[in-house]
Amino acid sequence: MQELIVTPETAPLGAPEAAFEPAIVAFVCNWCTYTAADLAGTARMVQSPNVRLIRMMCTGMVDPKYIIKALLEGADAVLVSGCHPGDCHYINGNYKARRRMKLLKEILPRFGIDERRLKLTWVGASEGNEFAATVNRFAADIRELGPIDTRRLPLL
Amino acid sequence: MPSRIGVYVCHCGTNIAGRVDSPGVARFAAGLKNVVVARDYKFMCSDPGQDMIIKDIREMGLTRVVVASCSPRLHEKTFQKACQRGGLNPFLFQMTCIREHCSWVVADPAEATAKARTLVAAAVARVNHHDELYSRVESVHPDVLVVGGGIAGIQAALDIAKSGHKVHLVERGPSIGGHMAQFDKTFPTLDCAACISTPKMVAVAQETNINLMTLSEVVEVKGYVGNYTVRVRNNPRYVNQDLCTGCGLCMEKCPKKVPSEFEEGIGTRKAIHRNSPQSVPNTPVIDPSVCLQFVKGKCGACKKYCPSGAIDFEQQESFLDLQVGTIVLATGFDILDPGSLSQYGFGRYPEVYTGLQFERLNNAVGPTGGKIVMKNGKPPESVAILHCVGSRDTNHHEYCSRVCCMYALKYDHLIKDKVGHHARVFNFYIDMRCFGKGYEEFYRRVQEEGVTFIRGRPAEITDQAQRPEEEGKLVVIGEDTLLGRPVRVPVDMVVLCTAMEPRRDAAEVARVFGISQGQDGFFLEEHPKLGPVSTATDGIFLAGTCQGPKDIPDAVAHASGGAGQALALAARGEVSISPTVSWINPDICVGCKICIGLCAYSAIEFDERRKVSVINEAMCKGCGSCAGHCPSGAAQVRHFNEKQVFAELEGLLRPAPPVREPAGADVA
Ligand SMILES: Cc1cc2nc3c(=O)[nH]c(=O)nc-3n(C[C@H](O)[C@H](O)[C@H](O)COP(=O)(O)OP(=O)(O)OC[C@H]3O[C@@H](n4cnc5c(N)ncnc54)[C@H](O)[C@@H]3O)c2cc1C
Ligand code: SF4
Ligand code: SF4
Ligand code: FES
Repeated sequence: MQELIVTPETAPLGAPEAAFEPAIVAFVCNWCTYTAADLAGTARMVQSPNVRLIRMMCTGMVDPKYIIKALLEGADAVLVSGCHPGDCHYINGNYKARRRMKLLKEILPRFGIDERRLKLTWVGASEGNEFAATVNRFAADIRELGPIDTRRLPLL
Repeated sequence: MPSRIGVYVCHCGTNIAGRVDSPGVARFAAGLKNVVVARDYKFMCSDPGQDMIIKDIREMGLTRVVVASCSPRLHEKTFQKACQRGGLNPFLFQMTCIREHCSWVVADPAEATAKARTLVAAAVARVNHHDELYSRVESVHPDVLVVGGGIAGIQAALDIAKSGHKVHLVERGPSIGGHMAQFDKTFPTLDCAACISTPKMVAVAQETNINLMTLSEVVEVKGYVGNYTVRVRNNPRYVNQDLCTGCGLCMEKCPKKVPSEFEEGIGTRKAIHRNSPQSVPNTPVIDPSVCLQFVKGKCGACKKYCPSGAIDFEQQESFLDLQVGTIVLATGFDILDPGSLSQYGFGRYPEVYTGLQFERLNNAVGPTGGKIVMKNGKPPESVAILHCVGSRDTNHHEYCSRVCCMYALKYDHLIKDKVGHHARVFNFYIDMRCFGKGYEEFYRRVQEEGVTFIRGRPAEITDQAQRPEEEGKLVVIGEDTLLGRPVRVPVDMVVLCTAMEPRRDAAEVARVFGISQGQDGFFLEEHPKLGPVSTATDGIFLAGTCQGPKDIPDAVAHASGGAGQALALAARGEVSISPTVSWINPDICVGCKICIGLCAYSAIEFDERRKVSVINEAMCKGCGSCAGHCPSGAAQVRHFNEKQVFAELEGLLRPAPPVREPAGADVA
């Protein structure tokens, strides 16, 4: 990947917005986390509406491009979530995702993006409560972190 | 031509509409690009709901459909079928979930409605980029290959043959039967192993639907589910199976004696030999590595005495190509070589035996005729049985071998029974694992027979006596962890319950069949709980201990499961292959081969001529590991490609256009 010189992310000018509501994209695998999200719904576990799911077949499918694209399109953060290690429907797609996310987290600061805006979790199909908790926790963290400011990034 | 999209927003009674303004979402959708109709309805999944879609496809010429309702995991298929009935390819459809992920979990109605709008916008943006896809139907060859003729392979072959399908059973050894053929008694019932396995072995030989090939191995597998071409090497037996009557005169006359593998080295066999009189087939086999005719070029005693002229020194190996639709692997296990645990002195002290050796010592047709005696011919006065040798041990195998506790109990009983009640038996165990049907009861029974249980893994076995009663004995040195004190137990004989482990050539076999091994080296099942007999490779199934340690009942049940899975495909005669698989664009692929190493299903091959990687669609599962990593973007999973995901992202994140009452679009 090409080295980028960018101004680091700064707090938005002016007074901090009164009620900042982040936009969060979650790439979740069909077999575990998407199923957990369904379960959380069936159990009516109230969740922050900021997180919107994109269903993938496996976390191993999540190309880092998708994450960067999401951030550049205005997502304040990206969650990638799949099956627990050893449980991936496709044997080991989640290990590949884990390796990729690790690298991406190292690269993100070069784009001026705080690496905390990318999170990888494992939420199994039966863990509806864990899914709701993950969503709410992550939304709260990002609310605290404030809005992303990537649209000022040159080049991208 | 721009697509013509129909959007349908469900109320789900009040499940959605109670919180989300479904009509409002439909009005919003009507204003989105390329949407020609947007409607809302009480129950989209009902017949009238589906008919609405079908009618619009036909009458309004829709080329794409979006439904916003419950989770696609519930009703995606329902709506895909409706599209199909309307004449639209089912993949030109997208479903978005505004119930489980929206109305049920967002407390505020305004926020819920806003989220629903966003989700619909994303689905509409995505569906523009969907392509028509078609499932492929491949025929399944009705014949099945079973590899390995232990009890698991025998069970699988018999089950399949019973259905009328033809089975090719490939066994590497000279006879079928596997490890079970070495035993005399089996836990927990103590029924005679030969009495229960011989009838099955004979049934295999007599079953007309089974083509039994012994001394054979699979050397190459080509193709994919339903259509495998398998190359089998038949090694020469040097005895004509059709002429041999199994009289055994040759084995009497053969002058060359060597240690027997079947007797685990504690007995001998001739250069022309067979495992036991119960062998199937019971034709002997010549071992050319020791046979004098082969080694020295002269002897031929067997040939001279054979009354039916069956000996044929000229036999050559031959190859056979088979067509099969499915494959069941039943290659079994090996036991750990206890030489690697030098503290137990196996090989150094003659009275230290492995479990399998003890099975032979105990076997009516074994080297001692079933008498439990030491090398000096005397029965042991005391025996130590060491459990978990190489199992549950981070230096060897972390797993539990699942059978050792039980066969140790079997030995306890057999020693008491055969040597006499005065014989003392010491079990050194870590935990007693007697989990099967009738196992705990067997444990209790053996305890009542007066054997000793010492909890703790022994540190060492030595012949260095420290006390007079240790003279001439083997001393097991360990700690009784329940009493917390060191122990030295002098005994005449030691049995090591060595771990069951993967076959030494498991990696090679896995490679030939294109399947994976787990961390422990056994063949990897598709899912540890819900797919214990299938593998990640469609059409290849597992049976018995090649998948992990098992006792006979479990191996047999597992084998029947594998046979059932193979039969399901064979009986159906065709298999539908999902089109949502990966595709590598040959114009973009740079031939870096990264994807090949990433694919867990060995579905990618390199085309040397074009210097690009190519996906075998029949083997690809569409996991996207290749697409997620391809540095050039050449590999893309159909229905989950970059254009589609990017469009969905844009739909999710770009500020949605304000709700407007559309001029052109029809709102119901
Ligand atoms: C000492 C000991 C005592 C036991 N006692 C009992 C007992 O009392 N009761 C009980 O329930 N269980 C007992 N077990 C467990 C029992 O042995 C197994 O459950 C059973 O033998 C498993 O059968 P299998 O067919 O899976 O494997 P195996 O018996 O190992 O058979 C595998 C077969 O495949 C063949 N093969 C291997 N590789 C290839 C290849 N590449 N190509 C072609 N053929 C191949 C082999 O030659 C063999 O014939 C005992 C195990 C041990 C070690
Ligand atoms: S990773 Fe991509 S570029 Fe490399 S060989 Fe595979 S398809 Fe071709
Ligand atoms: S999508 Fe998965 S199974 Fe298919 S070729 Fe790529 S890595 Fe292999
Ligand atoms: S299928 Fe869930 S992470 Fe791979």
